[in-house]
Amino acid sequence: MRALWSLWRRDMLLALRRPSEVLTVVFFFVVVAALFPLAIGPERPTLRMLAPGVLWVGALLASLLALNRLFEADHRDGTLEQMLLSGTPLTLLVVAKIAAHWVLCGLPLVLLAPLLGVLFDLSGDALGVLALSLLIGTPVLSCLGAIGAALTLGLRGGGVLLALLVLPLFVPVLVFGAGAVEALAAGLGSGAHLSILMALLLLSGLFSPWACAQALRIALE
Amino acid sequence: MASHLTLGLRARDLSCIRGGKTLFAALDVSVLPGQSLHLQGDNGSGKTSLLRLLAGLSEPARGDILWGGRPMAQVRETYQQDMLYLGHALALKEGLSALENLQFAAAMTGQAWSPDAVTKALRQMGLRGREHMPLQVLSQGQKRRVALARLSLSPAHLWLLDEPFVALDAAACELLLGLMQDHVGQGGMLVFTSHQALSWRGGEHRSLRLGAP
Repeated sequence: MRALWSLWRRDMLLALRRPSEVLTVVFFFVVVAALFPLAIGPERPTLRMLAPGVLWVGALLASLLALNRLFEADHRDGTLEQMLLSGTPLTLLVVAKIAAHWVLCGLPLVLLAPLLGVLFDLSGDALGVLALSLLIGTPVLSCLGAIGAALTLGLRGGGVLLALLVLPLFVPVLVFGAGAVEALAAGLGSGAHLSILMALLLLSGLFSPWACAQALRIALE
Repeated sequence: MASHLTLGLRARDLSCIRGGKTLFAALDVSVLPGQSLHLQGDNGSGKTSLLRLLAGLSEPARGDILWGGRPMAQVRETYQQDMLYLGHALALKEGLSALENLQFAAAMTGQAWSPDAVTKALRQMGLRGREHMPLQVLSQGQKRRVALARLSLSPAHLWLLDEPFVALDAAACELLLGLMQDHVGQGGMLVFTSHQALSWRGGEHRSLRLGAP
């Protein structure tokens, strides 16, 4: 437990001392979301219709930005080797890393989304569902993305490959995340979509750390 | 615990293949408490590969590695608790101070080193006054000293050191040699690679030359 906690704390500390990486993700999300209403024009029904899709695609691409650095620094400076030899199961250490990554790169998106939703004239209920769908959905993106980051570790030009690997896996999250807000607007209620997102979170949360650990072992051979 | 110490580390009939080339084959290695083993050989002769095999970072193409008389796979957890591996990469973060780096290294192995103990170890390595500086302002040699401060803090009985003398000045080399000799003198085990010829005093010291025709 001590190992997990200190790994999480170390990743947070490192990111806070060098905040440019986290700020890039947040800035990208804000810019994408802010430019769309300017480009589309002020028609409120159109904006309301586009909002869930635009905000979700923005969040998805923003979280993709930071993924390839998830394990890279630890791999380069030998920390990953020491993690493997630490006696703490690598699967659990990966959980700590994914958790830190989500708090740094996912949680800010969740908190910003309702603010940006106002730009699209979303109603209060819709803003709530949007934030909730991102709260459940972005950890799934972190979990799935971590598998891609572990698989492409140490490859040159791994960034493009990483995107190609994980984007198909991100699609269901996108569909049901944006779908939750649209369903609410259509008067259908967002419960079903959110439940499916939750199921995706449970599935990826269980499976992804184990898959990452296997991929990291191969990368270190 | 006692059995690990009496039987030590033993590798039988080891083979290593890297990039389709056999680096070494049918190699027997054993290190018992109070013994040190100096791995020598030309560049690319497999010194680092052998150390990584012994550390359990990679699997041998053939042969097996025993710790306390039992196969590595069965005792991996106790082995990792009792072994300290320092590779080429120092596993230090540029953004953290020396003190933070070492405390993190301790926490990863489930130990807790008090700030006082860490500070003492850093001062012993000649880093007085630099304990709280971020690592990025230290020189290459000073960073290596930070990594080597782990040696005097860790309770591990077996040290696996990959080129520990690189980038160290004469005084630090002397200091490190002293640490290594003390460790072996107190019944520890040591395997290390180095291109330097060493004047080893006391303890049982052997060297193994890899890649010899």
